[in-house]
Amino acid sequence: MKNYISTFVFLFCCTLGIAQQTPAADQQNSILILGATAHIGDGTLLENSAIGLRDGKIIEVATADAIQNEYSKTIDATGQHLYPGFIAANSTVGMVEVDAVRATNDLNEIGEYLPHIRTIIAYNAESKVVESLRPNGILSAQIVPTRGVISGSSSVVKLDAWNWEDAALVTDEGLHINWPRAYTSNRRRGPSSDIKYNKKSYEEKIKSLSEFLKESMAYNQVQSKTKHLPFAAMNNAFVGSQTVYLHADGQREIVDGIQFLKEHQIKNVVLVGGNEAHLVTDFLKKHDIPVIVSRPHRLPTQEDQDIKLPFKMAKILMDAGLLITVDVSGRMERMNTRNLPFYAGSFAAYGVPKEKAVQMITLNAAKIIGVADRLGSLTVGKDATLFVSLGDALDMRTNQLTHAFIEGRALSLETHQTELWKRYMEKYARK
Amino acid sequence: MKPLHFILIVLVSFASPAQDYFPTNKGVKTENSKQIMLTGATIHMNPLQKLDNGMLLIENGKIKAVGTALSIPQNAVVIDFKGKHLYPSFVELHSDFGIPALKSKSSGRRSVQYNANRKGYYWNDHIIPDYNSSTDFKYDSKKAKELRAAGFGVVNTHRKEGIHRGSSVLVALNDVQDNGYRMIEDRAAQHLSFKKSNTSGQYYPGSIMGAMALIRQLYHDAAWYSNGGAKNKDLALEALNKNQKLPSIFETSNKLDVVRAAKIGKEFGKKYIIKAHGTEYEQLSTLKKFKPTLLVPVNFPAAFDVDDPFLAQKISLNKMRYWNQAPANPKAIAAAGIKFAFTSSDLKSVKDFLPNIRKAVQYGLSPERALAALTTIPAQLINQKGRVGELKKGAYANLLVTDGPLFEKKTKIHENWVQGQQHIIQASAKTTIDGSYALNINKESYELTLSKSATKISAKTVQNSTTLKTEARYNNGWLTLRISDSSKTKFAQLKSKISDQSSFVGDGTFFDGSAVNWTAKKTEDSKPKKDKKDKEVLQKILPITYPNNGFGFKTLPTSENVLFTNVTVWTNEADGILENASVWVVNGKIKAVGTIDEASGARVIDGTGKHLTSGIIDEHSHIGASSINEGGQNSSAEVTIEDVINPDDINLYRNLSGGVTTLQILHGSANPIGGRSAIIKPKWGAGADELLYPNADPYIKFALGENVKQSNWQSYGRFPQTRMGVEQVFTDYFQRAKEYKAAWKAYNALSKKIKTKTAAPRYDLEMETMVEILDGKRFISCHSYVQSEINMLLKVADRFGVRINTFTHILEGYKVADKMKEHGVGGSTFSDWWAYKFEVNDAIPYNGAIMHSQGVTVAFNSDDSEMSRRLNQEAAKAVKYGGVSEEDAWKFVTLNPAKLLHIDDEVGSVKVGKSADLVLWSDHPMSIYSVVEKTMIDGVIYFDLDRATAQVAQIAKEKNKLIQDMLVAKNGGAKTQKPVRKKAVEFHCETLD
Repeated sequence: MKNYISTFVFLFCCTLGIAQQTPAADQQNSILILGATAHIGDGTLLENSAIGLRDGKIIEVATADAIQNEYSKTIDATGQHLYPGFIAANSTVGMVEVDAVRATNDLNEIGEYLPHIRTIIAYNAESKVVESLRPNGILSAQIVPTRGVISGSSSVVKLDAWNWEDAALVTDEGLHINWPRAYTSNRRRGPSSDIKYNKKSYEEKIKSLSEFLKESMAYNQVQSKTKHLPFAAMNNAFVGSQTVYLHADGQREIVDGIQFLKEHQIKNVVLVGGNEAHLVTDFLKKHDIPVIVSRPHRLPTQEDQDIKLPFKMAKILMDAGLLITVDVSGRMERMNTRNLPFYAGSFAAYGVPKEKAVQMITLNAAKIIGVADRLGSLTVGKDATLFVSLGDALDMRTNQLTHAFIEGRALSLETHQTELWKRYMEKYARK
Repeated sequence: MKPLHFILIVLVSFASPAQDYFPTNKGVKTENSKQIMLTGATIHMNPLQKLDNGMLLIENGKIKAVGTALSIPQNAVVIDFKGKHLYPSFVELHSDFGIPALKSKSSGRRSVQYNANRKGYYWNDHIIPDYNSSTDFKYDSKKAKELRAAGFGVVNTHRKEGIHRGSSVLVALNDVQDNGYRMIEDRAAQHLSFKKSNTSGQYYPGSIMGAMALIRQLYHDAAWYSNGGAKNKDLALEALNKNQKLPSIFETSNKLDVVRAAKIGKEFGKKYIIKAHGTEYEQLSTLKKFKPTLLVPVNFPAAFDVDDPFLAQKISLNKMRYWNQAPANPKAIAAAGIKFAFTSSDLKSVKDFLPNIRKAVQYGLSPERALAALTTIPAQLINQKGRVGELKKGAYANLLVTDGPLFEKKTKIHENWVQGQQHIIQASAKTTIDGSYALNINKESYELTLSKSATKISAKTVQNSTTLKTEARYNNGWLTLRISDSSKTKFAQLKSKISDQSSFVGDGTFFDGSAVNWTAKKTEDSKPKKDKKDKEVLQKILPITYPNNGFGFKTLPTSENVLFTNVTVWTNEADGILENASVWVVNGKIKAVGTIDEASGARVIDGTGKHLTSGIIDEHSHIGASSINEGGQNSSAEVTIEDVINPDDINLYRNLSGGVTTLQILHGSANPIGGRSAIIKPKWGAGADELLYPNADPYIKFALGENVKQSNWQSYGRFPQTRMGVEQVFTDYFQRAKEYKAAWKAYNALSKKIKTKTAAPRYDLEMETMVEILDGKRFISCHSYVQSEINMLLKVADRFGVRINTFTHILEGYKVADKMKEHGVGGSTFSDWWAYKFEVNDAIPYNGAIMHSQGVTVAFNSDDSEMSRRLNQEAAKAVKYGGVSEEDAWKFVTLNPAKLLHIDDEVGSVKVGKSADLVLWSDHPMSIYSVVEKTMIDGVIYFDLDRATAQVAQIAKEKNKLIQDMLVAKNGGAKTQKPVRKKAVEFHCETLD
């Protein structure tokens, strides 16, 4: 009978080989993860650690010889590595399933000023792309809108959920502004194109953004009889309960954008992308602006640029004392989001200390996107969102997860991809 | 009567309105037998010969004699050109003078046009050898005047439309006579280019490599047609055959195309005259090999306007250097011994022509070479030696009259005689009467000041410190003045014929209307004004690098005798990983591996704590090429990426920085049968052909699925639109190739005698390629995704006895690994790509591991200029996804792709005798923390991390110097241009270009 059931289960899995994993059940038993090298997330290491989880929270962070609590279950993780779940900032997973199929795209809304647009309600918790992140240690993500000048609001999600409502950790935590480009090229065919300061469009767009901010601020001073959805949606940014993410790359744009937001009384500003942030580190430090720095897996923006600059960026900004995490956006960004640990690892290859690299995609990310009270480090009281890997999780060869938890829920590390793997290995084994 | 006026009258009567056998109805039919003798000038007969105080006799538009002691015929008009210089007028070979421009006809169509519009002509509308430019030629006297002012006497003009553009007409810029006299040659030259014509919207060729293949096929077809192979009439081919002895002028528009044109010329024994680009100095060693003849433009770039410091930094160093280096291009070409003529083509204004030639002379080109490139060389190239471009007996009397040596900055062209017809460019400087004069009218004294009398005279009259408004005219030696009195209601009108420039005597009417006499005596000469424009500073030419961008080499690196010691060596051989070992490189090969006691003469590189591997091989790349897809037809087997290698692509250097030493540059996936690929080594700084892997087996790209069906863009007109159709395309081509091969076999089996009477089958570049595949001489790398199509191609191949060599992408290879193994095909896949289109829904990162487990040769490739810099990380993913051993995973990016490319006997492992393609890593090569420190190809270190770091500072320094120089130039009044940015070229399978 038992065999019969397991065969049934096997067949069931196979026939549903392309369906998603079932979300994990709530934590029932307290769990102790024992003996692992714990990467706390704040830049420190705890060898031979004992990390206790109960009711979805971390209740104990100690060394194995100093355990205070009792647990109903112990996981022996000796020789393995324990990490807080990695956090993907500025991500669009779950918003588009297949890039080339327009019908699966819920990211590109039309319009210029869209503060009222919210990613969370279109976030597909059952996306196959989302499930592919978990086996690499990425357990939470900030889901951001991308179009328009003001794109809308982002939310932070847990990457294992039945639906978007369950997935939401913090909704509408950030407002995203795409700063206009000061320098534009024509579209002439051929190897080069004219480039110019686009005074008209740049300054006009800034002016119009300024008007929008001023009008919406005025609107929010009094209770208006008729509701203006975009203006109303701006209020959280003004009162500081919503961070404003400034998406800008050029030196001029970064400086203009940050000064502009400060002048318009925006309290919390984060720079996203910042390909030329290395040229304005003092300015960023002065204004205390965290940076979600472009992933290292991109090409230099100019022929003459240091061919290693994309890799060196994190170190440069970190040395300048800036709070940084990794931007997962870029070409083929959704399917590549699972490579976030390796982005951090690549930054480490070019000068960022390894534990700082871990911190970039854990505690730093949590701080920047405003979820440090729940995520980002192995700290008592925080969510038990963490994973165990056979080895160094920033290195491809050793990023091999054995356990992963979101709020203490033990996740399946299978995906439709591992199922296809097993199905076809089974096929060949039959021969 | 002054000589000048006399001549004008003579010329008018001399100018016969029509040819002598034409009837006349306007008076009596006369013939003018007058001759003109020019005397006193320095006559530059040709670049090397000149006569001081020479004489030149003109009769019937031609030079009858040149010498120093000619006897003057009695019926000759004599013109004294004492102090003047006579030069042959220039010859322009690349012009569209008098040919009306065409507007693009390609717009308006919604779907792609595959077929030609013209019937009875060639199958491609961009091949127009039957067109003769005299058809549309209309003499444009306005343009002719500009050209003459620039020094030209004869222009070879053609319609700049198409790939084969037909023939040109050689025209003299003779304003006086009609086309019957002006047209020196109505089929002067044939013209070609790589650019499609606006006369048709036919899509093919959609790329430079397609254009190259089309020209080749055209030549084959012309030969076949002339042998009677065709059943139909083809007026285009007939014209081509008829014109084949004419000179061929090939227009190119970038540096690399110059070499491409030369290459085709060499293949077909055509001595192309190549209209070059202006950056030849960057690649002289490559060009020299082809012994080309060039038409060199002198459109030297203006300095960039770098006032905006942000913009200044966005201009690439290569573009900035172009400004600095371009004026020395003619000198460099001459020094390289390459034959060239100048062309004014590419200049925005022909007015800049002579000043820029002078600039080239300033930057070191000898005046003799410059003059030859303007006159004798173009004359010879257009088969008009002795008729134009020289001042000698029998030549057309096409000559320039200048007031000094031609290449001196201040020298002006006063006259340009064409076919014996005098054209005044700039009248001899009038005697200037500028200065201050003591004016005496009716015994009253005034002060008169005259200025700008050479052009538009202005005057000022002052009496008792009151300025009286004065208007002046100075024409034909007559000075007239109109002075108003202080009330401005009365005028004095004075006139004088000037004969003595310091003292005038004249008459006129005074303010009161009375007749007066007046005199003016010069008291002071005018002070010469400084010329504002003349501040341009001669730049010091910056050294060229190879390639000529910030990361280029000052001198090309050479193969070294190197010993790597104390290093961990990944051999990829039975020895596995050797710790603490040495590798000795001599003459580009690996001489010893393991424990090496002595390595004489070797430079030792200590590898303590480091790893040494063979170089990474990327089976699927699209970098380093000027085009990737020829999508104009559903098969493009006729094109080859080898034609379009771009050795300057910065991505090659970036690849070196990631340890890549060999790449297959594949055609894209726009069509089921794609183009032939190129296997290259990224030898930074070398010429395009030097990058090609020597004697490698040839490959071709095939493709399946969404791209060839054109699923992801709105195109519904091209077969195939389904996977069903894709199968039939392959079947059709293989079948036809079989029949083609049989037809040639039958023909070749005929006796010599019968062969001469039998038309040979048509030589077809596409079919030749397909036959190579059938014969097992060319190998297929097929872009593929889903299992059904993979299985399909295996079956088609089996049917025709072909083995597919490699499936590339092959993301569902894991589903048919057993079938792949059985067929013997390898899989070159992505490590973990998926979700970008529908057909990669079932793509899994375990694909490589599964295929590997079933005995398929597996490689990981990039198809991406970014990822290719870190294929070591991609290999590491095979360890993560599917648990492949580290040694085997490493082979996914080294030895296995070498096997798939049939070059594993030379590269892909660290083995004695193999090429020294080695990479020194700071750490375990698949560690995320590992960085490439050195990359060596054939024993040459092409990448060194320390050097690359140092280059960044040098680039900044050189850029800032050039920015300074440009600011100085701008402040000195030089023209500037808007900043430009080099576009990042990123090709993928789907890039249509």
